Amino acid sequence: MKSKLGYIWGIAALLTAWQISSWCSGEAIVAGPVTVLLKLVSEAGTGRFWTNVGASSLRIVAALSLAFVTAVPLGLFLGSSPRADRIAKPLIYLTYPVPKIVFLPLVLLFFGLGDWGKIVMLSIILFFQLLITTRDAARGVSRSARYSLYSLGGTRRHLFAHVIWPSCLPSVFTALRIATGTVVAVLFFVESIGTRYGMGFYILDAWGRADVPQIFVGIVVLAVMGVVLYEAFDILERIFCRWNQL
Amino acid sequence: MNLSAAAISPRPIRRRTVPIHALTSCDISLPEAQALALVGPSGCGKSTLLLLMAGLEKPTEGSLWFRGIPLTQPRREIALVLQDYGLFPWKTVRRNVELGLRIRGERIDRRDVERLLAELDIAEKADVYPQQLSGGQKQRVALARALVLNPSLLLLDEPFAALDTITRERLQDLVATTWRKRKFGMALVTHNIQEAVRLGHRILVMGGTPGTVLGCVENPNACSPYYRGSDEFYEISRQVRRQLEQHA
Repeated sequence: MKSKLGYIWGIAALLTAWQISSWCSGEAIVAGPVTVLLKLVSEAGTGRFWTNVGASSLRIVAALSLAFVTAVPLGLFLGSSPRADRIAKPLIYLTYPVPKIVFLPLVLLFFGLGDWGKIVMLSIILFFQLLITTRDAARGVSRSARYSLYSLGGTRRHLFAHVIWPSCLPSVFTALRIATGTVVAVLFFVESIGTRYGMGFYILDAWGRADVPQIFVGIVVLAVMGVVLYEAFDILERIFCRWNQL
Repeated sequence: MNLSAAAISPRPIRRRTVPIHALTSCDISLPEAQALALVGPSGCGKSTLLLLMAGLEKPTEGSLWFRGIPLTQPRREIALVLQDYGLFPWKTVRRNVELGLRIRGERIDRRDVERLLAELDIAEKADVYPQQLSGGQKQRVALARALVLNPSLLLLDEPFAALDTITRERLQDLVATTWRKRKFGMALVTHNIQEAVRLGHRILVMGGTPGTVLGCVENPNACSPYYRGSDEFYEISRQVRRQLEQHA
């Protein structure tokens, strides 16, 4: 209930600020919320709009999935194996600070201008965020928890299943929530190149035609995508990490 | 059961910076269904010795034996309760207690588990998470998780150190009662002299220098009901204190 009230307050504050800036700068530069809402309703009636929403959603979900299935197991492994971590650490520390977006031309060269190139680019950026958070969480598993598990007759497999994975899960969800902001921001960038579908293209196309209300529709849709993803991870965390919410 | 370092191993056991030199001169063999209490100041190697007994750490030199077999890894017959309880916060009390059976692929008899939880007075907490429990309740869960495995040897690492006096004494009595019913071997690490006397049939007094054993005190009536208030209890407590003070 508090969360819902918070959302209502947040939306009201945002709409007020938006309307004031629209009055100050004029509808030609900042389309007001009512204009954008009317534009959104009319756009929602077209198939083109939903194709763009679908393309962007697919890329986001695919990139998050790809990053999750590669980074999380590797992070768990590195975090629980000091020897493997020692070997991988220099490579991670050297590559982590490099802004991954600079690899975009190379990635598009390797994977093409289609969906795969964009999905791989997004995944590379998310990969490091998830990898480092998961690895650090796995390293934080206490010696006492390991002793407990082994004294019960557990093996390394049991340690992963009953200790390392569940203890890291809240950190993984935190990393995923942080990743939602990143993925939506980078999505706009990668969809501005070599595509005719997606919300990034939708916004740039509107910009080219000086269709300000459509630009704002695109921004609103990207924001909603980010919020939906964030809330989805929040709900999943409440389900799978109930113990951590007490 | 024969858990021994010196009696069987010809060389003293040594673990990192904690050499258990004096074990060569002190027989710590533990007969079946008897309790050994290790008492001494912080840093004297009590917990290290317990981890060696649990097979969780390996001695750098020498060896420990359990029923004639060298202890090099955790064994099914040995259960451990840690000072911080070692409960998994992501599992409910019931899941924590059943985990050992699940891992070992043994059949989980829900009625047995319920009975044990009731015996330890935590039956109504079966479906809550450890962070919703008090320290005493957590310790009961940790005990239940060890006892459900029917261990021949129960190792307790300062199990009641974080508890208030009343809860501590209640849990000591609970362990004593459980021991009388089930008759398992027990090794207990503690700072508390009275706890050692309440629960240890043989009290190993360790010195300030890591690994030094100052002596052993025999205490045949440990775990008996109403033992705490007896003259013998206070006399043995004084003996243990004298040994500790002489070398302090």
